[in-house]
Amino acid sequence: MWRCGVNEIVDGFLTAIYLIVTLNPEVYEVTLRSLYITFSATILASIISIPIALFMAFRTFPGKRIIINLVHTLYALPTVLIGLVVFLMLSRQGPFGFLGLLFTPGGMIIGQMLLVIPIIIGLTYSALIALDPIIKDTIISLGANYFQFMVSILKEIRFVVYATVAMAFGRAISEVGAAIMIGGNIKGYTRVLTTSIALETSMGNIELSMALGIILLLIALVLNFVMTSIRREGE
Amino acid sequence: MLDRKLVLAALVLIAAVFLCGCTSDGGDDTGTEATTVAPTAPMESGTPATPEFLKIATTTSLDNTGLLETLKEEFEKDHDVTLQIIAAGTGKALEYGERGDVDVLMVHDRAREDIFMDNGYGINRRVFAYNYFMIVGPESDPAGIAGMTPEDAFIAIYEGAQTNPEVVMVSRGDNSGTHAEEKAIWTSAGYNYTSEIAGSGDWYVEGGQGMGATLQMANELQAYTVSDSGTYLAYQGDIELVPLVEEGDILLNIYGAMMINPEKFSYVNAEMAKEWINFLITPATQEIIADFGVEEYGQPLFFPALGNYEILGVPQEETEQPIP
Repeated sequence: MWRCGVNEIVDGFLTAIYLIVTLNPEVYEVTLRSLYITFSATILASIISIPIALFMAFRTFPGKRIIINLVHTLYALPTVLIGLVVFLMLSRQGPFGFLGLLFTPGGMIIGQMLLVIPIIIGLTYSALIALDPIIKDTIISLGANYFQFMVSILKEIRFVVYATVAMAFGRAISEVGAAIMIGGNIKGYTRVLTTSIALETSMGNIELSMALGIILLLIALVLNFVMTSIRREGE
Repeated sequence: MLDRKLVLAALVLIAAVFLCGCTSDGGDDTGTEATTVAPTAPMESGTPATPEFLKIATTTSLDNTGLLETLKEEFEKDHDVTLQIIAAGTGKALEYGERGDVDVLMVHDRAREDIFMDNGYGINRRVFAYNYFMIVGPESDPAGIAGMTPEDAFIAIYEGAQTNPEVVMVSRGDNSGTHAEEKAIWTSAGYNYTSEIAGSGDWYVEGGQGMGATLQMANELQAYTVSDSGTYLAYQGDIELVPLVEEGDILLNIYGAMMINPEKFSYVNAEMAKEWINFLITPATQEIIADFGVEEYGQPLFFPALGNYEILGVPQEETEQPIP
């Protein structure tokens, strides 16, 4: 069974469909948890990152160029490094140990936020500085105050923001290194799609692993579909 | 524009549903409401170690075989607690223990457990199960180790590997209890592990993974490896490796459970940790351990420690005396 790869892919696909259609409680639960953790992380990261991107795009301050370079470098932040750093921070011996967040979904949300914050800041920032200066001037000449200006600008680049957030979501939900180090892969508590796949594969349950992988892919597909339809509606 | 606001509102609602929905399955499948506060509101509460949870760091063998899951279900029937099992290998489990990140350790490396307890991190160790390590390998047995003593087998593997490229060995390479066992055999066979074995050539593959994954890797490479008998039996159906060396005093594999010292880390759930360890050594639980896997694999994966302290060479009270 272990050696016939193609059959396993086919079997995995059939198993996936079976598990999804029959609403297998374990698969359903793991999928919901993945969505919950990544949704929370992406939304929180967006709330933090978009104002930072706006600030960076329209203000000058010393060290701005360095920060921009840093943000771009952090796109490629290795997830295991985030896992290690957040583990050390949240461990009882670490500076935030008193929060008791290690091996909890909350800790995993923090890890995923750190993973996607640079992406959201960087891509939003790029879209903002690429914006036609005439648009900025127009908004200001219409007498917008600071807040109105920011809102109008964001509206101009909303499709980029949607795409950026979707991309961040995709990166967060598909990572495994940080999830396993911070969450500990506790069944029924911090076990998500990716860590399940790693575990089930090591336990020889290849069909189940394939099924979970296909669900992960389906989530990406649905996400992409939603993004495309929003964009089409906008055009 | 209105449409978009509706979409946004819907998204917020969905997110809210997730926030509520997932907290109630945060604890476990039964979804007891009381256990669910911690994951969403740890920021504001800031209180360490909610008493409804018991965090157990364990070796991968106890988890991969499914024994721990069985015992967990049994324990949760009459205790209002959710066991959170973190399968990590003995080395990492000890590390979690030293950092005070878990409440209980379930590991299998007496030497390092002793150091751990001497340093004041662990207390109240109880031995709850044992089985044997075995050297498994391909049926063709290119180094010809079948039936040898563990030490002779290692010498044969080492020497065979110098001339025959088919002789390959996969090591856990992860400081786990099984890795410690393997090192002990190398030492007993007269080798210096660090300078002569580790990193000494292509024949010696340091996998760096759990027991199940290591068995699969050895299977793919048609290599020798050291496994505990429980994990090997649980994986036997999926792999082609056969046990080649099973006899030798050095192969005894003893599983101990201990609680993290609450004097060192005040927030650990010591009360429930004690309950759990005492539960492990009760005659009823020992019977579950003795029966585990018999139906599925035709023989037990673990042996009960109760009544066998002489075989194990451990103090009698470690196998039968409940923690007061």
